[in-house]
Amino acid sequence: MIVSEQIAIDHGLKKDEFKKICQLLKRTPNITELGIFSAMWNEHCSYKSSKIHLKTLPTKGKRVIQGPGENAGVVDIDDGDAIVFKIESHNHPSFIEPYQGAATGVGGIMRDVFTMGARPIANLNSIHFGSPQHKKTKNLLRGVVHGIGGYGNCMGVPTIAGQTSFDSSYNDNILVNAMTLGLVKKNKIFYSKAAGLNKPIIYVGSKTGRDGIHGASMASANFDEKIEEKKPTVQVGDPFTEKLLLEACLELMTGDSIIAIQDMGAAGLTSSSVEMASKGNLGIEINLNNIPCRESNMTPYEIMLSESQERMLIILENGKEELAKKIFEKWNLDFAVIGKTTNSKKIELFFNNNQVASIPINTLVENSPVYDRKWKKTKMPRRNKFKKEVFKNLKIIDVLNKILANSNVCSKEWIWQQFDHTVMGDTIQKPGGDAGVVRIHGTNKAVATSVDSSAVYCWAHPFTGGKQIVCESWRNLISVGATPIALTNCLNFGSPENENNMGEFVECLQGIAEACEYLKYPIVSGNVSFYNQTKDIGIKPTPTIGGVGLIKNYSKMVTMEFKEVNSIVLVIGKTEGNIDQSIFARYILDEKNGPPPEINFFNEKNIGETLLKLIENDLIKSAHDVSLGGILTAISKMCIKGNKGINLKKPKLLIHELEYFFCEDQGRYIIEVHPNNLKTIKNILDKNAVHYDELGTINDNNELYFNDKIKVAIEELKNSNTYWLKDYMRK
Amino acid sequence: MKSSVITFPGSNCDRDIDVALKKFGFKNRMVWHADVELPKSDLVVLPGGFSYGDYLRCGSMAAKTKIMQSVINFAKGGGLVLGICNGFQILVETGLVPGVLLRNKYLEFICKNVFVKINNKHNIFFKSLEKDILEFHIAHNEGNYFCSKDQLKEIEDNDQVALYYCNQNGDTEEQYNPNGSIKNIAGIFNKEKNIFGLMPHPERMIDKSLSGEDGSLFFKNLINNLK
Repeated sequence: MIVSEQIAIDHGLKKDEFKKICQLLKRTPNITELGIFSAMWNEHCSYKSSKIHLKTLPTKGKRVIQGPGENAGVVDIDDGDAIVFKIESHNHPSFIEPYQGAATGVGGIMRDVFTMGARPIANLNSIHFGSPQHKKTKNLLRGVVHGIGGYGNCMGVPTIAGQTSFDSSYNDNILVNAMTLGLVKKNKIFYSKAAGLNKPIIYVGSKTGRDGIHGASMASANFDEKIEEKKPTVQVGDPFTEKLLLEACLELMTGDSIIAIQDMGAAGLTSSSVEMASKGNLGIEINLNNIPCRESNMTPYEIMLSESQERMLIILENGKEELAKKIFEKWNLDFAVIGKTTNSKKIELFFNNNQVASIPINTLVENSPVYDRKWKKTKMPRRNKFKKEVFKNLKIIDVLNKILANSNVCSKEWIWQQFDHTVMGDTIQKPGGDAGVVRIHGTNKAVATSVDSSAVYCWAHPFTGGKQIVCESWRNLISVGATPIALTNCLNFGSPENENNMGEFVECLQGIAEACEYLKYPIVSGNVSFYNQTKDIGIKPTPTIGGVGLIKNYSKMVTMEFKEVNSIVLVIGKTEGNIDQSIFARYILDEKNGPPPEINFFNEKNIGETLLKLIENDLIKSAHDVSLGGILTAISKMCIKGNKGINLKKPKLLIHELEYFFCEDQGRYIIEVHPNNLKTIKNILDKNAVHYDELGTINDNNELYFNDKIKVAIEELKNSNTYWLKDYMRK
Repeated sequence: MKSSVITFPGSNCDRDIDVALKKFGFKNRMVWHADVELPKSDLVVLPGGFSYGDYLRCGSMAAKTKIMQSVINFAKGGGLVLGICNGFQILVETGLVPGVLLRNKYLEFICKNVFVKINNKHNIFFKSLEKDILEFHIAHNEGNYFCSKDQLKEIEDNDQVALYYCNQNGDTEEQYNPNGSIKNIAGIFNKEKNIFGLMPHPERMIDKSLSGEDGSLFFKNLINNLK
């Protein structure tokens, strides 16, 4: 087949890009080569629109062992242990086929982690759906949850935290971001950089089929009416094979046979082989007749672009083939020597004794297009002036019940009860708290982790929103007593070819970078997902932050449920009463405009570090950060989880009580302290210039009293909070 | 006391049960599914997980393995066998215990703490256990125990029900049934009470930092009964 410009365009390449390919090759590519270029040069693999901006992110820190650029990031957690972690999106496949899309998203991210030699110890997910009223939402949610569970549960890795939101901007483009943490010994980390000539390249795992051909290109295109036709590009997952692959790889990794290893993720064999060769500055030669195929008569084009799951590419030391083969056969997995490393600096493919492709590696990687896209700055929206009359007819308990039952605030128990969160026997903080916590097996250490995003804030003002999510992630880790170490991000945005969407991307990233820099909370891995839109409308900008923190002695871990009657409850951090973009303003007052809450880096860091000190000194009985729904929502959740009531008093301030209790001012935590420690704690807070308000005392009658006048049973609040999602899904 | 845990391809609670058995004094050995011989054991455990991916039907392929033939012989000779979750599913597939395990009532995987009431303490698993109600943890998609009316009568007549799902006071109303099991059954014995299959995971309840400690009571009691 002669490759024409039109065929290139059908592969998602632009005219200019096709021209560039012909210039680089000094000839027209054949169809296999064109397929390889289209896979390597699409947005998903090449980061062509995001690269120049991603370079500005802070990626270094004293605990960082490996930053972005590998299969996953790695951080040091002392005693020779390290945590490997990364988040990745699987948005478009999950919208087309929610079960398989979500399942293979989970499978893919776990592979990224165990490729580096780490045993996965925790999974997380951040999933975003359209309006609950939208006709597709319920089925998509059910499919995604079953898919995540179906894969993660079978792998025997606990899913310990997550986040779910509903917003009409995701009606036709849901988001499914999956994150995995793995544990590895610092001196046994495996990388993807090829080294040495004539080293055998081996293929292990599942056979190659026709599933997922051009998945990465599909993920880099806008959705249109023909979306249903794309179903065949969604991969099908087999968690059982992945479990075997995990065990087999870790078994091989105990020895010294492996030079480099890379999983076959997006763009399958193409990107894995090219990336390994590129990092090692080598060439690679593959005989496609040796690839284990599931279907007959597969062409070189199909073999190279298949995204069949549960496959790995390994470069071995010479002479280790038999040993490796034995291990994979023990686990009933395919094993094949498919090629070798060369000094040609080209990827050369052979099929039926003919050379079917020969492409210089650098043309696929270094010479891939890089775009400095046009982007528009978002102005800071003007603040709303709410007249006091607006508040007059609102009863605080009604507002509270409504907020607790809001789809974005309510308990997500229906979701996380479907994920095995206790397998491996080290989960010491389950989903539903500020962060999930797992012990490092057999030690006193634990790692805390959470995923966060605030699309509404990022949409209102991307720069502020970007700062906010990093701070929120930091706060969630601190709330459980963990010292934040590093983070991974999944950047979900609309089309980079749209100036507004590109502007949201650039400014969110600037906000993220500033916050990471200030908090010394570096980014060690991540993923960009553009073209999240249907027709011409982009989703709300949704960067997702996956944070990881260390608890040196897990007996000091803090949870959010109220513990003891007569304890004193404080809010630390200042409450100004800005309700713009709060759940209260958006859903109760129906005011969707206005600026998001401001971030004050100094206060953020100071308050967080002071709280960690208090936790370290065993002065905190429970803690919870104040986020969506403000102080009263946070306190209600602590009452519900702890089965305790509280006598609340609003401090004597000029702010209206609704503003005080429902605003979403940042940098605040609710803490429970023993009355005997109150004085000591106040001293420490004063000394560190941390503002606090005393809010009340925990009671034993299971009711929330408000200024001695109004009261509501905790049971009622619990019902508001717990049943919305269950009822919605089972109706 | 010697125990053996069988690892099938797809088992994923094998390490957890290994940790638990060792913690309470068992000398445990992991046995690979392709092995034929069972090491000398006082207790054999079939762990949780997704043996052979649970494709076809949960536990059905594992039930046909060579090592299971040895386990069956061991059990028929009076040897003590414990099947947890997927292990329970394997036990019903071999016919060592009666009944079947269907998909959960709401067709959803469930992971949470539950209470179970011990129905019968005249056996080596529960003899001398002080508590009557235990807090255990479940994590399964196919734990909905079912059997025919005749079988149920036989099971009850022989006192083969080991555990019922209940609330913390031991009430066994339908609302405390997490998965739709007939009569709230969470675990059963064979007629001779040397084989015990249950859906809950006692091995996940062995530390106060975890979901609870009632699993510790179970294992401590079991090893004491064996001594």
